[in-house]
Amino acid sequence: MIDTRLSEEQQALQAEVARFAREVVAPVAAHHDETKTFPYAVVEQMAAMGLFGLPFPEEHGGMGGDYLTLCLAIEELARVDQSVAITLEAAVSLGAMPVYRFGSDEQKRRWLPELVSGSRLGAFGLTESGAGSDVASMRTTATRTASGWVINGTKEFITNSGTDITSLITVCAVTGRKDDGRPVLSSFLVPADSAGLTVEPAYSKVGWHASDTHPLTFANVEVGEDALLGAEGRGYSNFLSILDEGRIAIAALATGAAQGCVDESIKYAQQREAFGRPIAGFQSISFMIADMEARTETARAMWHHAAARMNAGLPYKKEAAIAKLVAGDAAMQNARAATQIHGGYGFMNEFLVARHYRDSKILEVGEGTSEVQRMIIARELGLPS
Amino acid sequence: MKIVVCVKQVPDSWSERQLRADHRLDRDAAERVINDLDTYAVEAALQIVEQHGGETLALSMGPASAEEAVRKALQMGVDAGAVVTDDALAGSDAVATARVLAAAIASLGADLVVMGVESTDAKMSVVPAMVAEVLGWPMLTQAQALSIDGATATIERQTATGHDVVQADLPAVVSVVEKFNEPRYPSFKGITAAKKKTVDVLTLAGLGVDPTTVGTAGSPTSVAAAQPAPTRGAGVIVDEDPAAISALVDFLAERRLV
Repeated sequence: MIDTRLSEEQQALQAEVARFAREVVAPVAAHHDETKTFPYAVVEQMAAMGLFGLPFPEEHGGMGGDYLTLCLAIEELARVDQSVAITLEAAVSLGAMPVYRFGSDEQKRRWLPELVSGSRLGAFGLTESGAGSDVASMRTTATRTASGWVINGTKEFITNSGTDITSLITVCAVTGRKDDGRPVLSSFLVPADSAGLTVEPAYSKVGWHASDTHPLTFANVEVGEDALLGAEGRGYSNFLSILDEGRIAIAALATGAAQGCVDESIKYAQQREAFGRPIAGFQSISFMIADMEARTETARAMWHHAAARMNAGLPYKKEAAIAKLVAGDAAMQNARAATQIHGGYGFMNEFLVARHYRDSKILEVGEGTSEVQRMIIARELGLPS
Repeated sequence: MKIVVCVKQVPDSWSERQLRADHRLDRDAAERVINDLDTYAVEAALQIVEQHGGETLALSMGPASAEEAVRKALQMGVDAGAVVTDDALAGSDAVATARVLAAAIASLGADLVVMGVESTDAKMSVVPAMVAEVLGWPMLTQAQALSIDGATATIERQTATGHDVVQADLPAVVSVVEKFNEPRYPSFKGITAAKKKTVDVLTLAGLGVDPTTVGTAGSPTSVAAAQPAPTRGAGVIVDEDPAAISALVDFLAERRLV
């Protein structure tokens, strides 16, 4: 088993983010959920605190931390507000990270300062109506022109793509066909204000109401040669590695959601009385909370394990998939239990557990469904899938 | 410009606080944190230095654990720290504390001292003025804004009767209130950097303070008795009728809130 102990600095940051979540994020979370508005003021303060720069080195304006440290922050935010947590997760691991991992020196100089500081957000355009994890079905194309590329197609469910501070959309597109007919995929850095790029109206979602999510349409969007991110034809493998680490971040987010349900349920069960005593005194309730705690700790142990393997340079694909599967399941099950414990109040939107109930469903779906995680795990075990 | 910010380690005001049998604070009964108002003083000092350049130093007096409060200030961005710790300090009241802090400030050197207006444990709000008195420096109290122009400090404060703008020549002591700013949250870079910053340990002997003038023996005040604060009583409910308006206005006026 790999060493997953946190450093003193990581523990200190975790405590500060928990305080920030309590003092700054939680008081306005229900408002932004209810009004389906993007929490610009909260994001600005997260930027001032350096959260968007957590895993990047100081030479790029980052905080000099690592991916595990980023995930600690995401988990703490998700305890009180999943929308804010996914905004950070997507901006860092999907927005800035591809540029940092695969960008040229010039691309890094152009994009990283504003993305790492959090003054601007980047988005990641992979999913289409007919292609998610099945990237071979991708339809968006990028065709060579005399001066660069022209992009055509539609992307779906793109987080952070339509905010006032979105500056970059990284797009995966088909740039050719292999002999066997499979697509050659490449990725492109597309400025958000490019002519021909339309940010379609925001979705009406079940949850994550304060997170910005849109379909994007690319109609003859022209970009220069310098927009190609990484080598031509490497788009797929680049995205796969981004998705692997992104699963750890989503697992951390789901763990935070599961923990938030535990926090709220303990508080409520101790305060709410029925038949003359706090409902925490009923074994049917206390065992439910014990199970919630067990799921949360299991999810946390698993994502820490996957992140520690990643930091140590060890293979972590299977561990990241297990973390995502277990944590997504923990969040959804805990949200269901927490709303049950809260009785009628659990059905009221103003209660945090009701928000977690709506928000957590996507954790079994986004960044690869639970079924896709099982497929990855099975493949890693050498099973045909 | 050299700014000294005084910070105090206090029991977390969110947790249950207790006194020992001798009416002194039981420091082990609750989690120890930096006094919340002192973080506003830290923010004020950092902003002044960001505008005018200079250096900041966080100073605390207390048991060895007081260094944790200084470290918090360092995480926020203060350059260096110093802790006056000495067995003889136990039981020091406000007067003795001010004597020690003033001696430390004189020894460290400062153009400006910034302090929170009170600590959440003792809540006396007198130490900043006492420090200024011992140093023989001007004192600007309850600042909600502070600006520096050359060798002059200007503060603004809200009082029950109006809005004051007060100036003093540097060096001076300034106490700040919550309205001053929003203290920054430490970044990971700040947390990492704080670990490498120096915190000097100062002793009474090193500062030339006579141990008999501090601690229980050197403190003119002592706590004779203490009892828990009474629980909050029921509020006044004003009926919804025309008389309610004047009743509410009278209520606020009596408390000088309008």
